[in-house]
Amino acid sequence: MEPQVIRTTASSTRVHMIKKGMIAGFPIMLGYLPIALTYGVLASRTGMTNLELTLMSVLVFAGAAQFLAVGMVAAGTGIIEIIIATFVLNFRHFVMSLSFVNRLKGVALKAKLPLSLGLTDETFTMSALYKDEAKEKYGGLFYASLILTAYLSWVGGSYLGGVLGDVMPARLSDSMGVALYAMFIGLLIPSVKKDFKIAGIALLAMLINFICQTWGMSQGWAIVIGTVLAGFSGIWILEDEEVTE
Amino acid sequence: MIIWMVIGMAVVTAVPRFLPALIVGFVTFPKWVDRWLNAIPYAALGALIFPGIMSVKPDAPQVGIIAGLVGILLAWLNVHIIFVVLGAITSVFLMTL
Repeated sequence: MEPQVIRTTASSTRVHMIKKGMIAGFPIMLGYLPIALTYGVLASRTGMTNLELTLMSVLVFAGAAQFLAVGMVAAGTGIIEIIIATFVLNFRHFVMSLSFVNRLKGVALKAKLPLSLGLTDETFTMSALYKDEAKEKYGGLFYASLILTAYLSWVGGSYLGGVLGDVMPARLSDSMGVALYAMFIGLLIPSVKKDFKIAGIALLAMLINFICQTWGMSQGWAIVIGTVLAGFSGIWILEDEEVTE
Repeated sequence: MIIWMVIGMAVVTAVPRFLPALIVGFVTFPKWVDRWLNAIPYAALGALIFPGIMSVKPDAPQVGIIAGLVGILLAWLNVHIIFVVLGAITSVFLMTL
């Protein structure tokens, strides 16, 4: 990434961590903007106002659930069902958050709480790949800036999508649906190249998730079960990070 | 009406996100739990990629699969993640022309 310059003053270290976080968050921004635009366009088509659809991004900040909600609003589904579906779909963040805050042992609780609220599939994975920053000074700032970069691009993109309405050609927005999957692949492959056993964990999760969905389980629970069970294989596959403690 | 839906969604999304932050501070996990939690990102990535990627074009699952393979190839060649994403978008765009 960037050259590691040893900074002497605390303020420049802080600025350095914030910059580093923005750079780490940039690919997420690139993945989020087209998806957020698409969300905004779809939501405004179902009759939600710009304020409502932007507020949903501000308060919920979970792409898949927001798309689901928009689809269910369009289909005339009741509010309670939409909220339950959101819970089921987003419960995977509980597992991710457990893994995330376990890494941030050196970060104060008052910083960990707001950071955990900014967890999504993407911010979680990106911060898991930049795990060494958790031990550095002002590591919390690194994650805060990473998450804020993602958050602002999601909220801004949603609003922009709502304003643009149906200006965006459908074929382009359809093609962009692959962006987040491609980002997940782009995040996974470097780790696999370093340690082939990691591919085993990921493939096992894919298999379990696929089987669960074939059996008719909802997408949200299938992802939770695939993540939790395949993660267990890490107990035997991964080695202890002795140096870290 | 919509506003209550948004608030309800926000609550059920926020609670599972911040609850672990409160729990982890009070308990020390044994080594195997640490290893499990360290494996979670890779497991989550796997579960998030497949089979979801086949729904990129729901009536033609091969479109998502091929775009995914393009992504794997680009990532394997150490191409920056931004170009992995753009490469996959381009391949879907070309396949759906």
